[in-house]
Amino acid sequence: MLQIIQPSQAGTVESNDILIILTPVSADKGIHVELTSPVLKKYGRQIKNVIQEVLREQGIDAVHVAANDRGALDCTIRARMMTAIDRAAEEVLG
Amino acid sequence: MKLRRTMMFVPGNNPGMLINAGIYGADTIIFDLEDSVALSEKDAARHLVYNAMKFIHYSCEVAVRINHISTPFGYKDLETILAVKPDLIRLPKAETAVDIEEIDELITAAEIKHGFLPGSINMMAAIETAKGIRNAYDIAAASPRMVAIAIGGEDYLADLQTSRTKDGKEFFAGRGQLILAAREAGIHAIDTVFGDVNNEEDFIAETTRIKEMGFDGKSVVNPRQINIVHEIYTPTEKEIDHAQRVISAYEESLTRKSGVVSLNGKMIDIPVVKRAQRTLAYANAVGKNEGGTTL
Repeated sequence: MLQIIQPSQAGTVESNDILIILTPVSADKGIHVELTSPVLKKYGRQIKNVIQEVLREQGIDAVHVAANDRGALDCTIRARMMTAIDRAAEEVLG
Repeated sequence: MKLRRTMMFVPGNNPGMLINAGIYGADTIIFDLEDSVALSEKDAARHLVYNAMKFIHYSCEVAVRINHISTPFGYKDLETILAVKPDLIRLPKAETAVDIEEIDELITAAEIKHGFLPGSINMMAAIETAKGIRNAYDIAAASPRMVAIAIGGEDYLADLQTSRTKDGKEFFAGRGQLILAAREAGIHAIDTVFGDVNNEEDFIAETTRIKEMGFDGKSVVNPRQINIVHEIYTPTEKEIDHAQRVISAYEESLTRKSGVVSLNGKMIDIPVVKRAQRTLAYANAVGKNEGGTTL
């Protein structure tokens, strides 16, 4: 189980990429995803699902995610989330 | 016949390039975690290449250039990337057989851990120093996983304390040693990149030169270079026709149990037959010998 203990970011705002910014929040705040994307209406839900799936896989239940999407595929979203988490998290007993 | 005419480098931290890497027709794509990735982004590139390989199907051979295991990144690169079973791991700056043996052991352990077929992940090494060139055969023969050795141009020239010339004389010694080592070990020899992508004339001259030296292919940095290399490596109709006639004459002599073979008054000996067989195998591999002799 991981806990976000410091702010981090991964990715870029280049085409086909996504910029992920993670900010720690207190445990009672849960997960909040703030998404900007040119395809928000069509794919917004799917992008958020991928972000939440990665958080769930890592056992993270409290974080603020700011995601600035530039047409990233799911594999890119997953990769950028994994990098941002690695840079922000520490393992906790859970 | 396995073709490695073009091995195209793809920067590991560029999602757009990773996604599209398979569409250009390179024989091999090399996802790069080394020189094209900033030190601060090594972790990001590793995750990106891992996820691209996990979720995108590439129809060509997929290699990953890891950071050298003497750097803080090499082991982590291997641990992450081996889990998604690349066809090939490319080690940069190989100088001794020990470099290869150490990675071989790590690959063997990963194959067991992930349940992959033993020996199914291949290796190649780039040789980029005078010391590496001196040990080229030992490197090439250090593991049954080794399928190719390549010369890494810029680092090699820096080590030699020289620079690029138009006719490539600075590479003669290194390329010569590399091709001899590869042939003795029975693996492919791959030439260095040609970075000036707008200079087509010199690129064609260099590719023609290295083909004539015996190289099996060239590293490329831009999709525009792929077709040029493939065209140079494709046997001409005349070469294919001659090869077919050599093989026919040879086969006929075997049927007649004749000890002497000739074609148009010229003697044909075994090396000529072998060369013809290689031409036809190449033509078959690139789809240019349809309906012709099958080997």
